[in-house]
Amino acid sequence: MRVSELASKESRVSSPSGAAPQYVITAENLTKRYGDVTAVDGISFRVPAGEAFGLLGPNGAGKSTTMKMIGGVSQRTSGSLSIMGLDPEQHGPEVRAHLGVVPQQDNLDEELKVRDNLLVYGRYFGLPMSYLKPKADELLEFAQLTDKAKSKVDALSGGMKRRLTIARSLINEPRILLLDEPTTGLDPQARHILWDRLFRLKEQGVTLILTTHYMDEAEQLCDRLIVVDKGKIMAEGSPASLIREYSTREVLELRFGSERNASVGAELEGIGERLETLPDRVLIYAHDGEAALEQVSARGLRPVTSLVRRSSLEDVFLRLTGRSLVD
Amino acid sequence: MTKKAELTKKAELTRAIQAGTTAAAPALRAHSPEVSAARARRWGAFFYAEQVLRVMKGYGWTIVMYGVGQPVAYLFAMGVGLATLVETNGAAVFGGVSYLTFIAPALLISAAVMTAANEFTFPVMDGFKWRRVYYGPHASPLTPEQIAGGQVIAVTVRFLLQSAIYFAVVALFGASPGAWGWVSILIATLAGLSFGLPLMAYAATIKEDRGQFAMVMRFIVMPLFLFSGTFFPLDTLPLGVRWIGWISPIWHGTELGRVVSYGYEEEPWLTVVHLVFLLGLAAAGWVLTKHQFAKRMAS
Repeated sequence: MRVSELASKESRVSSPSGAAPQYVITAENLTKRYGDVTAVDGISFRVPAGEAFGLLGPNGAGKSTTMKMIGGVSQRTSGSLSIMGLDPEQHGPEVRAHLGVVPQQDNLDEELKVRDNLLVYGRYFGLPMSYLKPKADELLEFAQLTDKAKSKVDALSGGMKRRLTIARSLINEPRILLLDEPTTGLDPQARHILWDRLFRLKEQGVTLILTTHYMDEAEQLCDRLIVVDKGKIMAEGSPASLIREYSTREVLELRFGSERNASVGAELEGIGERLETLPDRVLIYAHDGEAALEQVSARGLRPVTSLVRRSSLEDVFLRLTGRSLVD
Repeated sequence: MTKKAELTKKAELTRAIQAGTTAAAPALRAHSPEVSAARARRWGAFFYAEQVLRVMKGYGWTIVMYGVGQPVAYLFAMGVGLATLVETNGAAVFGGVSYLTFIAPALLISAAVMTAANEFTFPVMDGFKWRRVYYGPHASPLTPEQIAGGQVIAVTVRFLLQSAIYFAVVALFGASPGAWGWVSILIATLAGLSFGLPLMAYAATIKEDRGQFAMVMRFIVMPLFLFSGTFFPLDTLPLGVRWIGWISPIWHGTELGRVVSYGYEEEPWLTVVHLVFLLGLAAAGWVLTKHQFAKRMAS
């Protein structure tokens, strides 16, 4: 997108109804119950304009439910929620007009052609064809789908469908984009193309709200994130600060074979700052992984494999919940 | 604009495009979210209808063939073939008109009701479950009620189109002697809605497909088609089955159709009953549909 366009969009965002909202999203004690099940349990967060904000957590943590409430399609049980200063339950159409939404499951119209999917979606916003036709072409270019414009949707690969769904969500030039598990089920190459596209949107100042259970995705894309488990916020901060706070700089991963991993724990006592024993490996949290490995060797222990790596959000999650993100 | 000015403008535009700016051309810009919301609140149902009609265009040929082929087949088989047998009993049984004229309105109404049985069942299941088509627009400014409304508008357009073709064929057969025969196009559309909207509300409640729609076709649509005074006057049936006609949109629609197409004589209050019945059923069905769409999409 061009600079001139950006500038004028900024001014549009800051004046929806008089005062410029400091935060585009504000949630206080947001709660959602389905019968006896509490999917979202009193979470609070605020997202300033232009931020890439992530909800990281395992499946069933309440991320999608939160996204649906933000998207104004699911009613909250209690708490308050404001999007661009509006309550999505009272001003559903107004709130949704501000948003671009990429749902967890693609719901493209498979009976329509690729380009028609964009046109039809734009019509839901009352956008005229004179705008939609060139815009659809621009978005197809952005999603690298130009040569598929006239194809039927079922002829697309999973990654292409995902990119088309993202292109569709941008048809109204939203300043807030909701992405629910944007890359789940995609191969590594398709994920990287998608991340690149999301980066560009971020550079254009679009506020990104995304859920993921991939720690690398959260680290790559998010300025700030909340770690969610069982409907509650476990921690909040930038990926780097969360790692700093809840983990060490490096991690030494040792595998002694599934028989010995558990029993070797006692012999590793005192190496590094913290020890985590998993069924398939032992993790030693240390500032200097190599030094820790030397200590292990000095004690006469011979792991089958060893690996020194930087701490990741996976380690943060493990520390916070005692469980892995992806089972 | 002079030719020179035009050329200058063109050159400017080319330069601008090469420079990667669109300053010279009007910049591509979406209207504000406020405008989107206001337009969606006002016209949302029509926006969704547009989508459904685009999809229908994909099988538009089927719709036209259904509209032309079915009446021709039925009118020929029943009105020409069967008529040679039944008319030997005298035309008095059929209100003094030919058998063809007698069944033409009934076939028109029945076709609309059968279309309703298709358009208000499987596409609804597709919207909520199979391909989740409704959830795309649901994330846009459209409301669940507007999505339901859009589908109804689009199907209404199909009813009108199909019935108009059907009526044209009937008129070509000379089977609609009255000047008001064309009104049966509207009656068929109303009958389609009065049967279809309650069915749509029911379809919106279905979470698992266990062949419910096939059951509807077999045990509701077919009996209604056969026992609604379609091929013979309802009062020739014993009272034990005559009630099927009384609760059937096909019967109420057909009787109205006969009044307008050949001046079938019935008590005026009965004509009013037909109209009220059809309108009432359609209205009740619409209220239930709206409610069910809103409920299902919010969960």
